Amino acid sequence: MRTAAFSTFYDVPFSNQMKFKKDYPRIKAFRVMDEEGNIINKEYENIPKEKLLKIFKAMVTNSEADKIFNMAQRQNRISFYMTSIGEEASTVGSVAAIKDHDLIYPQYREQGALIYRGYTIKEMANQLRGNHYDVGKGRQMPVHYGSEKLNYVTVSSPLGTQIPQASGSGYTYRIKGEDRIAMTFFGDGAASEGDFHSAMNFAATLRSQTLFFCRNNMFAISTPVDEQFAGDGIGARGIAYGMNTIRVDGNDLFAVYNATKKARKMIIKEGAPCLIEAISYRGGDHSTSDFAELYRNEEEMAKVNSLIAKLGNPITRVKNYLEAKKWIDEDYIDNIRKELVVEIRECLKDATKEPFPHIDEMFNDVYYEMPQHLKEQREEMYEHLAKYGKHYNLDQFKR
Amino acid sequence: MFLRNAYRKSHASTKRFFASVAVDYDFSETPNLDEIHLKSPKKKTKINLCTAIRDAMDTAMETDDSSIHFGEDVKFGGVFRCSVGLLEKYGNDRVFNTPLCEQGIAGFAIGTACSGATTIAEMQFADYIFPAFDQIVNEAAKYRYRSGDEFNCGSLTIRTPCSAVGHGAHYHSQSPEAYFAHTPGLVLVMPRSPIQAKGLLLSSIRSKDPVIFFEPKALYRIAEEEVPDEDYEIPLGQAEVLTEGSDVTLVGYGIQMRKLILAAEMAKKDGISCEVIDLRTILPWDADTVEQSVKKTGRLIVSHEAPITNGFASEVSSKIQERCFLHLEAPIKRVCGYDTPFPLVYEPIYLPDQYKVYEAIKQTVNF
Repeated sequence: MRTAAFSTFYDVPFSNQMKFKKDYPRIKAFRVMDEEGNIINKEYENIPKEKLLKIFKAMVTNSEADKIFNMAQRQNRISFYMTSIGEEASTVGSVAAIKDHDLIYPQYREQGALIYRGYTIKEMANQLRGNHYDVGKGRQMPVHYGSEKLNYVTVSSPLGTQIPQASGSGYTYRIKGEDRIAMTFFGDGAASEGDFHSAMNFAATLRSQTLFFCRNNMFAISTPVDEQFAGDGIGARGIAYGMNTIRVDGNDLFAVYNATKKARKMIIKEGAPCLIEAISYRGGDHSTSDFAELYRNEEEMAKVNSLIAKLGNPITRVKNYLEAKKWIDEDYIDNIRKELVVEIRECLKDATKEPFPHIDEMFNDVYYEMPQHLKEQREEMYEHLAKYGKHYNLDQFKR
Repeated sequence: MFLRNAYRKSHASTKRFFASVAVDYDFSETPNLDEIHLKSPKKKTKINLCTAIRDAMDTAMETDDSSIHFGEDVKFGGVFRCSVGLLEKYGNDRVFNTPLCEQGIAGFAIGTACSGATTIAEMQFADYIFPAFDQIVNEAAKYRYRSGDEFNCGSLTIRTPCSAVGHGAHYHSQSPEAYFAHTPGLVLVMPRSPIQAKGLLLSSIRSKDPVIFFEPKALYRIAEEEVPDEDYEIPLGQAEVLTEGSDVTLVGYGIQMRKLILAAEMAKKDGISCEVIDLRTILPWDADTVEQSVKKTGRLIVSHEAPITNGFASEVSSKIQERCFLHLEAPIKRVCGYDTPFPLVYEPIYLPDQYKVYEAIKQTVNF
């Protein structure tokens, strides 16, 4: 069963007209609310109050955590951080529309998804500090979260490597007949990697129950999208690979939520993948190692200012909606922000007090069982530390 | 000078690209004038390794109109600020951003090199070079051989930041030289200092073979030296004896040279005389210089950050054992990273630092 728009490729149509094709209609970004948060398509005004409040809380938590953790990096309390300012609707809204047992393959800027699924600030802080409570055992850089219980595969820094893995997982779910999808996040930059292309082609031809979610935030570190691709974004590629594709206003929670919900339904029903391209704008620097003012100059900003205005702020859009509905009062957001500030600071303080894991953890998990040569190297390390331990700040590690 | 000033200006605000790595040794040295032939040795400027790299590229591009430089984010100056000012000076056709795709960069670079462009391509981190492995190993390395020298990509240089930086963990710390050292046809270079970096990079860019130029990123900011302003080259394939000694030979390359020198100084206090050799070019490497030294000292320690198993130290150790068996007073020792992925919070213990080298020196001398 083919998943493309036509049933077989062999049925090639012929023509006596020589015509090269380059132009095609731009894919429009689906939106349910305008940039102020007014609903412009009532058909999709369908998120129940309780659920919407949960989503909203996760979005605000995401943004507040980003602010404080980013600041903590500036104060040298953590070594690195990446914010997702401006993309909270994409990461939270999409995950709110799939099931909890669906497997997520993140890139690295999707803490909103994790927060929505119940990852606590405490868990975030422990990972950021790499202390002995970090399930990643202090081995990876900050923001490389992962949680088996929340079906969130551990972040890996190389770009795009997770995308074909999601195709593999989605394939497994289909042949097992499971009501489960693999969802992967990636950016407009990662979509240039070979892995993206193989992932899309594999998923479409092998019919994986996979949802590809591109956060097109207009930047790959300093490289703007007009130096990243020449076609109509990432969405055009989904169609070319033969899969159901939609472009959404990534700062419109209702659009992201509804498109994802519908995509999941199609994926399970058709046993075939889907691509969502969420249009957004990276509000912050690429990471704390970046300094976006160097390349976000006037000339660059002139190109995107009108898009940024159209996108608005994802949190404000939902807030305005909630207020118009009278589901929250004016003080609501300030109050939860106040509570969050206290909680986040406390968690970070606590996490900072905890030591790094036991140094044995450097050698564990390289293999299922530790081979002889690693046991020997661990032994050599201990012999070395017995003589030279004073040079290594061993007090930082759990005894 | 224009570039240098432009660089300094932007540098002031970009210091936080880098966390400092504790290195308590001033590595600055004077140019070895026996090797570096200078027209005006007095004209020099105190610059760091990052600026030396940029200076080399500037010199290469100024002296060769066919040269181009590209990679991810190089246009605004690069995430490590090594290409600041080049766009303004040479224009967007010669200095440009590529889409984010390492295999694309490598393949594209081979193509430009084959078609008459002296090509300086950047892989943003050596940890991310692996998607380009096929292009580098199966294409670049074999281009001349497989075509009977009809075609070659000798004007290709791939620059890539490598090695530990203090907070880089698995994917911003690796030293992948050994994977490429197993590939006939490639030249691998890793400088230890700004003076070395400029001369070796200029040689690499002008070499008739494809070169991977590994830049120890922890040195970008901390190493400052009086670097000659003029155009000069340091020959590839030649090791350099940094310190002469009689009891044990220490061999390394890149930032590891600092650890070796610190260890040699510690050993000196114990009355042990170390001969310290920087390979500089990892492939093809200068076995003769190491052999000569080991025949004198009778002992050898090889050290690098990369994991010990199948690291380049294995090759040095085995070749020298073949050549110097009857001269050896003790087994050759390797002081390298453990056979684990590069870990974050354990980095100080993971690294083969001066204390590990010092201990190895003592064990070797007292064998």
